[in-house]
Amino acid sequence: MTATREGADTRRATASTRTVRAPLYRPSDFRWVHDVERCARCKRCVQQCGFNAIRWEDGPVADPAKCVGCHRCEVFCPQEAITISPNPQYFRPHPLWTESHRKNLWVQAETGGVLLTGMGNDLPYPILWDHLLLDACQVTNPSIDPLREPMELRTFLGRRPDQVEVTITEEGVRLATEIAPGLELETPILFAAMSYGSISLNAQKAIALAAEECGIYWNTGEGGLHEDLKPYAHRAFVQCASGRFGVTADYLNSGAAIEIKIGQGAKPGIGGHLPGEKVSPQVSETRMIPVGSDALSPAPQHDIYSIEDLRQLIYALKEASNYEKPVSVKIAAVHNVAAIASGIVRAGADILYIDGFRGGTGAAPTTIRDHLGIPIEIALAVVDQQLREEGIRNQASIIAAGGIRSSADAAKAIALGADAVAVGTGALLALGCTLCQRCYTGRCSWGITTQDPVLTRRLDPYLGSRRLINLIRAWSAELEEILGAMGVNAVESLRGSRERLRAVGLDRTTLDILGVKPAGVGA
Amino acid sequence: MSSLCAFSASFASPRLMVLFLKEAAMRIDADNMHYRELNARIREAVAAGETHLDLVNVNGQRYLGDGIQGAVEMVVHGVPGNDLGAFMDGPTIRVRGNAQDAVANTMNAGRILVEGDAGDVLGYGMRGGELFVRGRVGYRVGIHMKAFRDKMPVVIVGGTAGDFLSEYMAGGLLIVLGLDRRKGEPLVGEWCATGMHGGALYLRGAIEEWRVASKFAAVRPAEDKDLAGIRPHVSAFCEAFGLDEAAIMQEEFLKIAPISHRPYGAKYAA
Repeated sequence: MTATREGADTRRATASTRTVRAPLYRPSDFRWVHDVERCARCKRCVQQCGFNAIRWEDGPVADPAKCVGCHRCEVFCPQEAITISPNPQYFRPHPLWTESHRKNLWVQAETGGVLLTGMGNDLPYPILWDHLLLDACQVTNPSIDPLREPMELRTFLGRRPDQVEVTITEEGVRLATEIAPGLELETPILFAAMSYGSISLNAQKAIALAAEECGIYWNTGEGGLHEDLKPYAHRAFVQCASGRFGVTADYLNSGAAIEIKIGQGAKPGIGGHLPGEKVSPQVSETRMIPVGSDALSPAPQHDIYSIEDLRQLIYALKEASNYEKPVSVKIAAVHNVAAIASGIVRAGADILYIDGFRGGTGAAPTTIRDHLGIPIEIALAVVDQQLREEGIRNQASIIAAGGIRSSADAAKAIALGADAVAVGTGALLALGCTLCQRCYTGRCSWGITTQDPVLTRRLDPYLGSRRLINLIRAWSAELEEILGAMGVNAVESLRGSRERLRAVGLDRTTLDILGVKPAGVGA
Repeated sequence: MSSLCAFSASFASPRLMVLFLKEAAMRIDADNMHYRELNARIREAVAAGETHLDLVNVNGQRYLGDGIQGAVEMVVHGVPGNDLGAFMDGPTIRVRGNAQDAVANTMNAGRILVEGDAGDVLGYGMRGGELFVRGRVGYRVGIHMKAFRDKMPVVIVGGTAGDFLSEYMAGGLLIVLGLDRRKGEPLVGEWCATGMHGGALYLRGAIEEWRVASKFAAVRPAEDKDLAGIRPHVSAFCEAFGLDEAAIMQEEFLKIAPISHRPYGAKYAA
């Protein structure tokens, strides 16, 4: 491009609101090193890269600017000839203008656009799970050996009555109170909401198969229910959000529970927006919208501006499903979460799903993902406390999500008041994700967050489900170990038992908010 | 009812049979009845094979027809509450009065006729069927309306509409006729077509340009082929409410259509 033409473009850019790309050369994030000696010249690396970062010129040549560091080529090179490492570029250090600030700014100077990202917040905010420790038994309170003793992880989600009445007859004791519809889980873990569209059908199928096998639940997200997954709908939360994608009376009645999505931890106050190019014929079918049309799911549901309005939708869904399904409301953890949660429970929700600010996303503006919301640890503690104080904790179960990395995090969440935890990022990692955070491009080399058939067929749903089943079983076994060490034989005994948590390195205020004593303080 | 059906089958004239069935519509008195009981009764009746229901003394009960499927005809005498016909999939509802908010919320198929006025957020996410309101409507009518394959939702408003008409509209047909306008009453409110990225909106009469979100939609006079496209729907509307189609179609129509199916495509730094 000549200087004159560039000048002309710039003038046009000032005259109109259209943004003109202004290339700016900047160093790449990764260095792609290839060992010529080892290379078998099989071209597999070229085929494996979903981002077209490698081309063949009598040998593989990489464009480091396109490399996202997902390691697909490296792992699939039969000769182990490829190494991907951080580009050891040297910027003069600056504590304020960190490397990521500089790089983000350069991209915006080039494109004039809102930065997008995928997966969860990657900034080093304090992780409160890592400041909490669980209690264990010694001498005076015997621990339980889960190898020998039965341990109960079974969990029920849904509204519990304020009191239970029974009638006693000669035939025995019968429950007189009508129990609201609920869900039974073999272990207090669910798969988080991830829509078909944001993830591939194979990925969603792997998750659905695993939920069925493990006796837990998966969540359609706001993408409708694909025909192939209808056999697994009885193990699904079917979502209804602002875009109403694929929502019909049949859809609502096919699921185990109906979920109103208000917000998502990764992007509180921001809606979903599946770009038209990802609305493939199959996605179009499932969402019931035309191929290639943007699937807009704005943050406000414009029929919900108040708790009363939310109640209206909750009961519209209950009426549509003849009061046979529990209704869940999913919100992002925000500053006023306790009061909002109280309103949601009073509005008639049977399950409250709280997503912390570290929760994942298929696409979100980076600045939103990185700077909005609050940690799930805090949100969970204040919501549980608020509902207890109001005497309505029994009216809804709490699902905690947004940064649950291990069975230990799950146990700590349960001790803070969660009935169960939902796992999204963890499930994708089990399917092969390496957390490159490029889900929003739809080019996932691992076949997870893409709709390109060349890429999606890389993920075998049956093998994928096997890995997810293993993960859930491993975490469940670890939960049993944790419970045993704590001397309880049922997860119910740990639920909301903050006395079994101690904190290290937290300030007084945070301790008060969490309702947890510092380590060193006894019972 | 089953015995009556068997009886009606012996009538020789089909016309007479229809009359008979109409006479035999099941009557449910909603006086002082909570919506939950009323809707349970409706569901029971439909499950038992009733095809004609007369709901009398309706006074604000919500969710009438919610999630009901199949060829059922309901007549509502009174004012139904919010979410009339939500998630409905097939039935026909005629309201002999005004309706409130959120009529035809996420409706998949069927027909709702409102003889009076209706409130806000009508046809939210509606995917199929028809919503005809003889009178005026409030804000956010036609929000998130979608079309899919053979499904094409149609909303026709006899009177005028409030702000945010056809907001986020992704498909289908929305027509505002502006009948019986008071002096100085605008045909539509402000922020019309905000976020619109599919479907079409027709207005009978002129409006000020600033009412339409020019970033999303373009306004132009409707052409002959456009009018030919909407005529059958206007005709059905006129038939439903006993109006003069020829007189209505004589006026000029404006067509408001989205500029792009990808309104936010250029917003991001990809």
